[in-house]
Amino acid sequence: MEESTKNTSPNSSKPSITDDKYTWFFACDSADVPDNGGVCVKYNEDQIALFHFTRRGEWYATQNECPHRKQMALSRGMIGSQNDEPKVACPFHKKTFSLITGECLSGDECAITTYPVSVVNGKVYIGMPANNN
Amino acid sequence: MKIVVIGNGMVGFKFCEKLIAKAQPQQFDIVVFGEEIRPAYDRVHLSEFFSGKTADDLLMSPFNWYTDNNITLHLSDPVTNIDRAAKTVTSHKGITENYDVLVIATGSSAFVPPIPGVEKDGVFIYRTIEDLELMQAYAKKAKKGAVIGGGLLGLEAAKAMLDLGITDTTVIEFAPRLMPRQIDEAASNILTNKLETLGLKIATSKNTSQILGDTAITGMQFSDDTNIEVDMLVISAGIKPRDEVAKLCGLEVGLRGGIVVNEQLQTSDASIYAIGECALYNGMIYGLVAPGYDMANVVATNLTAPPPLQREDLEPSINNDFIVSSSSIVPPLGDQGASFIGFDMSTKLKLIGIDVASFGDPFIQNKDTRTIVFEDTMKGIYKRINITGDGKYLLGGILIGDAEAYNMLLQTSKNKIVLPPNAEDVILGSRGGESEAGAGVLSLPDDAIVCSCESVTKAGICTAVSESGCETIDAIKKCTKAGTGCGGCVPMVKDLMLHTMKAQGKYVRNVICEHFDYSRQELLDLVKMDQLKTYDEVLDTFGKGDGCEICKPLVASVLASLWNDMILAKGNATAQDSNDRFLANIQKGGSYSVVPRIPGGEITPEKLIVIGSVAKKYNLYTKITGGQRIDLFGAHLSDLPKIWEELIAAGFESGHAYGKSLRTVKSCVGSTWCRFGLHDSVSFAIQIEERYRGLRSPHKLKGGVSGCIRECAEAQSKDFGIIATEKGWNLYVCGNGGSKPQHALLLASDLDSATLIKYLDRMLMFYIKTADPLTRTATWLNKMEGGINYLRNVVVNDSLGIGEILEQEMQALVDSYKCEWKEAIENPEIRKRFSHFVNAPEEKDPTMKFEPMREQKKVTDWK
Ligand code: SRM
Ligand SMILES: Cc1cc2nc3c(=O)[nH]c(=O)nc-3n(C[C@H](O)[C@H](O)[C@H](O)COP(=O)(O)OP(=O)(O)OC[C@H]3O[C@@H](n4cnc5c(N)ncnc54)[C@H](O)[C@@H]3O)c2cc1C
Ligand code: SF4
Ligand code: FES
Repeated sequence: MEESTKNTSPNSSKPSITDDKYTWFFACDSADVPDNGGVCVKYNEDQIALFHFTRRGEWYATQNECPHRKQMALSRGMIGSQNDEPKVACPFHKKTFSLITGECLSGDECAITTYPVSVVNGKVYIGMPANNN
Repeated sequence: MKIVVIGNGMVGFKFCEKLIAKAQPQQFDIVVFGEEIRPAYDRVHLSEFFSGKTADDLLMSPFNWYTDNNITLHLSDPVTNIDRAAKTVTSHKGITENYDVLVIATGSSAFVPPIPGVEKDGVFIYRTIEDLELMQAYAKKAKKGAVIGGGLLGLEAAKAMLDLGITDTTVIEFAPRLMPRQIDEAASNILTNKLETLGLKIATSKNTSQILGDTAITGMQFSDDTNIEVDMLVISAGIKPRDEVAKLCGLEVGLRGGIVVNEQLQTSDASIYAIGECALYNGMIYGLVAPGYDMANVVATNLTAPPPLQREDLEPSINNDFIVSSSSIVPPLGDQGASFIGFDMSTKLKLIGIDVASFGDPFIQNKDTRTIVFEDTMKGIYKRINITGDGKYLLGGILIGDAEAYNMLLQTSKNKIVLPPNAEDVILGSRGGESEAGAGVLSLPDDAIVCSCESVTKAGICTAVSESGCETIDAIKKCTKAGTGCGGCVPMVKDLMLHTMKAQGKYVRNVICEHFDYSRQELLDLVKMDQLKTYDEVLDTFGKGDGCEICKPLVASVLASLWNDMILAKGNATAQDSNDRFLANIQKGGSYSVVPRIPGGEITPEKLIVIGSVAKKYNLYTKITGGQRIDLFGAHLSDLPKIWEELIAAGFESGHAYGKSLRTVKSCVGSTWCRFGLHDSVSFAIQIEERYRGLRSPHKLKGGVSGCIRECAEAQSKDFGIIATEKGWNLYVCGNGGSKPQHALLLASDLDSATLIKYLDRMLMFYIKTADPLTRTATWLNKMEGGINYLRNVVVNDSLGIGEILEQEMQALVDSYKCEWKEAIENPEIRKRFSHFVNAPEEKDPTMKFEPMREQKKVTDWK
């Protein structure tokens, strides 16, 4: 039932774990995220969009802000795929972004930041770059 | 080989583009000098600078296109001298470059007649972006405008004046009519009338003798002793080829200007070419972009393709080296090289929103020809065609007000296609019978030029479709460049594409997206047959991949139309369009709006008080909508369930303002109060609104009920409109407001209430089952073969025998209606989704900012 992504995973459910690349913080329980949908996770002052792409058995995390009009909205967008590339469509003007690279798939908007996700025992962790100063 | 290009305008740019496309890598070393401060831009669409386009939008290619293609581009640096003996050019800034081949593409400048006073402030020409910037700055203090020149460019300039807000503008033309080179007197009269309704004043047969004013223009004096007040003038009286550098170095120029060229566009010096508006071919300057592009193409072709004779000689060893090694010689031009043989000056433009076209020989009239004219002064339409005496061939013509047939007519005359027995059909349209346009395109010969800007033939487009698999307009544009210039040929390209696909046995359908190979109508039938209930089931059974923002809401809507289950039920919630997913419309900043249903616009004082107190409690902005109800804006996501809880407790229900579903049935007060009212329109509107509330459809639905023909409910602008008559109700359908307003059409008259509802059930259900996604009823009807008569047959005469089924299906939806907001607040699983942070459900989005406005709040504008 539990998926684990390709990334190094923290092996306990403590709130936050640091390895050499990422600080993994606990976001929520996997059941808190709707199937094939997203939620917004608060991390300090940041907002992160977390998606459970149930259909592909994958988890993704990106910034919540849409670069088009700087709206905190991507977590409320519809997810899907374009030529097999998983993507999210912003609710405002339906600009789409790759969930893997963050690249804007509908023209010139700038790319969004993506983060690794790891799910262990029903707990979802998001990896923030470690020496994020 | 080193090529220097003087001038980076439209044609100079096109030459570089064509050369790069045809050349071997590194074959040429290209240097371009441009006098203007920016790279080549689209002069043809210059006036759009005033209607919102920026200089960047107009660029043909950004600066880095030149670097990416190894072209050295010197901007703001005109060439001032050509040394033909040394084969060098020198620029204003002192750069000297040698050349093997020199291409002059210096274009033209505005011709300014020698009227005393033209140097005064407030007198402008209209040629470059700089000219436009100067006009823009000056226009702020100007009120009365004038344009000298009633030709093509003059009328463009007049439009610019209107765009600049100088609505009091006079167009002054020396000739007795507008556009004397393109259209005849009758056409000019029609055009004049149309321009006058837009507020322009037209003065023909006027000769300006002096421009009045001290330092700045204050008026204009004419030779007939009249004068007018003017504080801003644009001169657009013609063009003057820029041949000054050519003249200076002794190249042959024409008497009235222009660099003399032969069929290969060579000047009197064989290693110097001239193309575009500076070139004089056969005594003629071509002041349009398409012939300029053709010239660019001829030169690029000849420079890249060695003449056949040489090719044969070297056949066994032909390779890239051959071409590279010939780098220091000018390729000799064999007879078989490409050549410019003149160009048809046919044009079609939209002048201030009015179609104006002329083609072939627009004026010819003698004993061997016949002229057919169609004129509708009311609608401002004029069409003239000139045909041969035997009625077989089209020689030319003029179209004003409606130039849809232009492409077809142009091709018919160019390619000498035999006219139909009744030649007038070509301007009057096919009166009865199969669609003429389609057959027309097919009758063109393969080498007919369909896109004149890029010289793409019919065969070029058809092979792009059949061999390169281009099956969208975008793909064809990319592959052939057709349609990328003025865009006028796009409808024809589309026709050709569809015909080619059909000819290949491809069933041309509008499939939903990459995940579903079906049209909406097909998918609806399949889903119904298989009784599928969730998005995933539908995707697994009939689709592929993971879905997207196009097919998800479409399937969700189809499921709702079929089964009317709660849209947020597990499995379908995240397939809903983002607004449906939160049962509210998202606003700028990320807040939501709340619109309770107020059927027919009737509301009790008690309910008004509840709306007021809820709005106060949650700090919402309130506004009466255009749909006779109240919208509460600026709600936080997490407040939505609480707000609805209170509204529902007071007897409200969802207004579905967020859904593709029934919005409002607008009513007038009707016979209960109004002295003219024939029936109780409010009661009927409430009954109808309650019947169809929650009905999911391909697009939103709106209705209206008026108590008499005075039509205070504007019912005829709705998807369905009901108007009381002495004997009952008239039912109108398929009207629309929005950007393309359209009146509803009468479906049936003098109906009793029960019959009306029966017809409405059938019509709406038929719409739900057959319309394309996101298509309002008006567009649905417009696309329907047979139009309103067909629809009337289906609905009133039950010609398909499905009337009863449609009624039953509608009744099932009516019976299963539930308020989805009520279900949402009662279901803890769904309710939990209404929070901004999953890990801090109580916190609101801290980035959302409001500010006060007129005693309420507004959202802080986005960047
Ligand atoms: C609130 C309101 C304007 C107002 O302050 O009066 C409004 C607001 C919106 N309209 Fe409208 N329309 C409103 C009456 C209208 C009307 C007038 C009417 O219904 O009599 C029209 C023209 C009539 C018609 O539809 O034929 C109208 C034609 C549109 C259109 C164009 C539809 C078309 O067929 O071209 C859109 C865009 C769309 O639906 O794709 C639109 C879309 C919108 C959206 C939903 C845009 C959006 O996606 O965010 C607006 C947001 C509403 C919100 O956040 O709650 N709105 N809109 C009106 C709400 C009426 C209601 O009570 O439900
Ligand atoms: C307002 C307007 C509307 C128009 N509408 C249409 C239309 O609807 N349809 C249509 O077919 N045509 C239209 N035209 C005409 C069309 O724009 C021209 O035919 C086309 O731009 C000609 O291209 P060109 O390269 O020959 O000249 P240009 O585009 O004028 O380019 C010449 C360039 O060379 C530069 N130059 C000149 N001398 C030197 C020098 N010594 N050294 C370096 N650079 C130099 C100039 O500054 C200029 O940038 C319109 C023109 C205008 C002004
Ligand atoms: S007209 Fe445009 S801006 Fe006004 S409410 Fe409708 S959609 Fe919004
Ligand atoms: S704000 Fe996201 S697409 Fe416009």
